[in-house]
Amino acid sequence: MPAVTLKNISKKYGDFVAVDDVSFEVQKGELFGLIGPDGAGKTSIFRILTTLLLSDGGSATVQGHDVVKDFQEIRNKVGYMPGKFSLYQDLTVKENLNFFATIFGTTIDENYELIKDIYDQIKPFNDRRAGKLSGGMKQKLALCCALIHKPEVLFLDEPTTGVDVVSRSEFWEMLGKLKEQQITIVVSTPYMDEAKLCDRIALMQNGKIMSVDTPKQIIKSFPKPLFAVKAKNIYKLLQDLRNDQEIESCDAFGEFLHITLVAENANEEAIHSIAEKYNPENFEVKKIEPTIEDSFIRLMREQSDLK
Amino acid sequence: MNWHEMPQELLINMKRLLVFIRKEFYHVFRDQRTLLILFGLPVAQIILFGYALSSEVKNIGIAMQDNSHDIHTEKIIRKIQSSSYFKTESPILDYKDIENRFKDGSIKCAVVFPANFGSDLQRIGGAKIQVIADASDPNTATIVTNYLNAIVNDYQRDLNSSAKINYQIVPELRQLYNEQQNGSLNFIPGVIALIFMIVCTALTSVSVVREKELGTMEILLVSPFKPIMVLIAKAIPYLVLSLINFMIIMFLSVYLLNVEIKGSFLLLLAESILFIITCLSLGLLISNVTDSQQTAMLISMMGMMLPTLLLTGFMFPLENMPWIFQAISHLIPSHYYYIIVKSVMLKGLGFSYVWKETLILIGMALFLLTIALKKFKIRLS
Repeated sequence: MPAVTLKNISKKYGDFVAVDDVSFEVQKGELFGLIGPDGAGKTSIFRILTTLLLSDGGSATVQGHDVVKDFQEIRNKVGYMPGKFSLYQDLTVKENLNFFATIFGTTIDENYELIKDIYDQIKPFNDRRAGKLSGGMKQKLALCCALIHKPEVLFLDEPTTGVDVVSRSEFWEMLGKLKEQQITIVVSTPYMDEAKLCDRIALMQNGKIMSVDTPKQIIKSFPKPLFAVKAKNIYKLLQDLRNDQEIESCDAFGEFLHITLVAENANEEAIHSIAEKYNPENFEVKKIEPTIEDSFIRLMREQSDLK
Repeated sequence: MNWHEMPQELLINMKRLLVFIRKEFYHVFRDQRTLLILFGLPVAQIILFGYALSSEVKNIGIAMQDNSHDIHTEKIIRKIQSSSYFKTESPILDYKDIENRFKDGSIKCAVVFPANFGSDLQRIGGAKIQVIADASDPNTATIVTNYLNAIVNDYQRDLNSSAKINYQIVPELRQLYNEQQNGSLNFIPGVIALIFMIVCTALTSVSVVREKELGTMEILLVSPFKPIMVLIAKAIPYLVLSLINFMIIMFLSVYLLNVEIKGSFLLLLAESILFIITCLSLGLLISNVTDSQQTAMLISMMGMMLPTLLLTGFMFPLENMPWIFQAISHLIPSHYYYIIVKSVMLKGLGFSYVWKETLILIGMALFLLTIALKKFKIRLS
């Protein structure tokens, strides 16, 4: 039995379709990522799965329980960390943890092993009010509170948004450790670089799932050779290449442009000869492995072309 | 669930409730604004209504001119001086002086004894005193002349009784339930109702809505804690705080404003708990239909406090209002509580006199509580 199933789930707010016919499954003990920009419908899916929101169509289960009928069962078993920092700012670290432990019918000592790695990092601030913690510390405390009752499924809605790079990588390290404890984790993030840290990911855009697979498989299914190019005037190069008939796609990635050609078999020489038409200064080209972001942008474009 | 698991589950639920209530107290005691509203407001209002907004007239500036200097005028002057209503200023020099001192406001009243006051009184059996009052404030002027009349009459009676028996019919007026004309009396029941409205209704609704705004409500809902328990756990701390407030108000009323609690204190306490529960239910109901603290505050203040101030009868008599306002006043819980407190506290009446109002309050409390619990959202929006 999968830990989480969604079948044709949809959710509307007035005329706006937030979740559009979404189906996927999360296996037990899996670290599953919902990847997509703001407004893709990630939070709505989390709220439907945590029984906070009723869907307008379709069905969903968590640990075999229906999200509508058996909502209390689900509420007893899952851990949930909402996107916004949602602990009591005027309570100290210890008081927050104690409060949620008791509400979930347990104590800090009982599941100390589970939160130990994370809790040790915020323990020096035990008597500090939660509102006075740094962004990374807040996330760690929130994770501790969501974990304190040893949930069977953990839902983390954008846990690393607004957190510095170091804390982000620490956070993902912790998720890896939790996975070893056989806890199923569903996590959402707008950061594409975090996607490859998941077992499987669902790429979301405008309420629709574009693809569900392992990060490796998603990268592998990128259909064409991908090249990174660079020149002194990167902006002019972007304009020129985008208007070129032979170029299929051209997107800015930091100091590079990622491009694919209309032709199936492309190599670096072919790119060179296209670029030379525009006389770019210091032009460089190299063939690269696509990233999740490349795949995401490509899938997004395909979807809008279908429309 | 097995029979032996039941107490275990109950124990955990009790622990949950307790830890939640403790958390609520943390919120209250760590927020200066809440504390100020909670405990500063009652004290401020009691003092304000008890002293500053008093309708009594005390310490009226008075100046006198005695042109007779005999035993009678001296006795009357001493009587006036010893009265707490008057503050005697330096004697008057001439009529121009009276006008000047009226104008600068140092006196509100002047008394002139003519020459030969004492001999006139003894020989002719009658004498005159001139009393001039500043009637730019007609209420004060009337009260002042009445006070002086009473003092002079009093002296006359003393004089008559010592000299010879004189049949005189003296109407003895009694202002029932408030013979000392203590102005605080009327305000106390109204202030109590007002404070309960603010503390219970406004603070409770704001505290529930704050959890929604902060997002903590999401976590609370996705937990084994039953949604209904959230409401109960929210209500209990404010019930306790309101009772503490009630005690503070009672203490201040009795020891600061010298208001006597004539009826049964226990009955008063029981009725107050009933009213607090009504207010709490109202607060929870408001919190169910609002999503921001500002809206909750606004609804509680405009929707609850203003009607309490205007339509319970403690500031403006209901009898003089158009029928539509009188009809609305019957829908306001504080209207009944006000009647109950007045009857029990000021008139010393027992339960048999307020059972009707009590019954209406119970009905309102049950009605509001049922809706609040039924309307409570176990999901978001």
